[in-house]
Amino acid sequence: MMYGYEWDTTTWLTYTTSILPIILIGLTVTLKAAAAGFAIALVLGLAFALLRRSRLIAISWTTAVIVEFLRDTPLLVQLFFLYYVLPEFGIVLPAFLTGALALGLQYAAYTSEVYRGGIEAVARGQWEAATALNLTRMQAYRDIIIPQAIPRIVPAMGNYLVAMIKETPVLSVVTVMEMMGLANMIGERTFEYLVPLTLVGLIFLLLTLICSAGLHRLQKALPKAGIPLR
Amino acid sequence: MTEDNTAPIIEFSNVAKRFGPLTVLDDFNFTVRKGEKVTLIGPSGSGKSTVLRILMTLEPFQDGRLTLSGMSYHEPNGKGPFKASERHLRQIRTHVGMVFQSFNLFPHMTVLRNVVEAPLRVLGIARAEAECRALQLLDMVGLADKKDFYPSQLSGGQQQRVAIARALAMRPRVLLFDEPTSALDPQLVGEVLSVIRGLAHEHDLTMLLVTHEMRFAREVSDRVCFFDKGRICEQGAPDEIFGAPREARTREFLSSVLA
Repeated sequence: MMYGYEWDTTTWLTYTTSILPIILIGLTVTLKAAAAGFAIALVLGLAFALLRRSRLIAISWTTAVIVEFLRDTPLLVQLFFLYYVLPEFGIVLPAFLTGALALGLQYAAYTSEVYRGGIEAVARGQWEAATALNLTRMQAYRDIIIPQAIPRIVPAMGNYLVAMIKETPVLSVVTVMEMMGLANMIGERTFEYLVPLTLVGLIFLLLTLICSAGLHRLQKALPKAGIPLR
Repeated sequence: MTEDNTAPIIEFSNVAKRFGPLTVLDDFNFTVRKGEKVTLIGPSGSGKSTVLRILMTLEPFQDGRLTLSGMSYHEPNGKGPFKASERHLRQIRTHVGMVFQSFNLFPHMTVLRNVVEAPLRVLGIARAEAECRALQLLDMVGLADKKDFYPSQLSGGQQQRVAIARALAMRPRVLLFDEPTSALDPQLVGEVLSVIRGLAHEHDLTMLLVTHEMRFAREVSDRVCFFDKGRICEQGAPDEIFGAPREARTREFLSSVLA
């Protein structure tokens, strides 16, 4: 995919401007992978948290085992597993999807703990009021408990988002051409690593700074008491 | 109606409630007639609140039998701590409402939303109708003008009045009050009591009230039950209990709280 590009390595400035377009293509892949992975983590993490709180011991235990497994094995191992082992069972996923899924699964295990903490921090009286009003357990979660948990979980979720963005380079090992993979490839061609790696590092720094600032504002904007979901 | 009002709506027969090694209710018997206003008094830890919490299905009980309008709380083959299916418990809850000591309003919802939430979701009433009824109830507790406020913007007394409106919106036949004024500043107690006093005139509503407001208990209840160590030690008309208590424990308790 690099053919047709000329890299001018005469000075760091010309080098930077000549590789910038391709690095920015990588940036879009990084952003898409982080967005997809985080979306999976948010949804699946909530599902894990609720299943783990199930009254049926079989369900809560199975979920606990899955979450522990996802949390306690390296992302790289999970990634290789999804990419190389699943096809042996006839499940072939595109590289990008595999990467996003691996990120999403591992971070779902983390976010499920955040959700669990947030849910458990809601006062017991809220559950009792919901019960006294005859809301079902699902209605109580959706309308009463989770809306109040949201303001409490946003900071921790934000930290995981930043952490996940910083972990996207690992996807390059399964041929997902995100920023870091491209920078590495450019370095291999030109034997000049300093500029591409510095550039990628700076872009990551910028990304995480923007994220942190955004989260800070979100945190301030959210009503402390919680937000009704509907 | 007269016939109806002599029928028991609540019947505890030999009920036992234990928290681990601690026995809260022991061989407990208690009957409430439809429309009756009963006040439960007694030292803390004597099991008064537990009676309400069992009725609201917030706590299971172990032995004995409890019925509400003839419906047994335990099912013959019921599983889990409640010995009943969730469906059965929800059926029971349609008849019972509860007002809590700490109000337990939903802090992320406006006053109006607090009141319409359950009628909307549980009873399936249309929004326009639910809001109309909610406004009537808020008007009754004197807070219609606060409908768009959040609980944190209200005083404790106002919050508790909203909580009463919220409980009434589900049209319970039995309304339980668990120390509704204990968390309030003294100057806010009156406004809540006057709302409850208004409800005491509701002919069909059965009310169980756990309170430390002895003068109020004497004024609104048909019957006062004095609890001691998980049993009803003495019960009777308010004038009997407050005017001429027979049991030494009752006299002791009353002199300590009325002093």
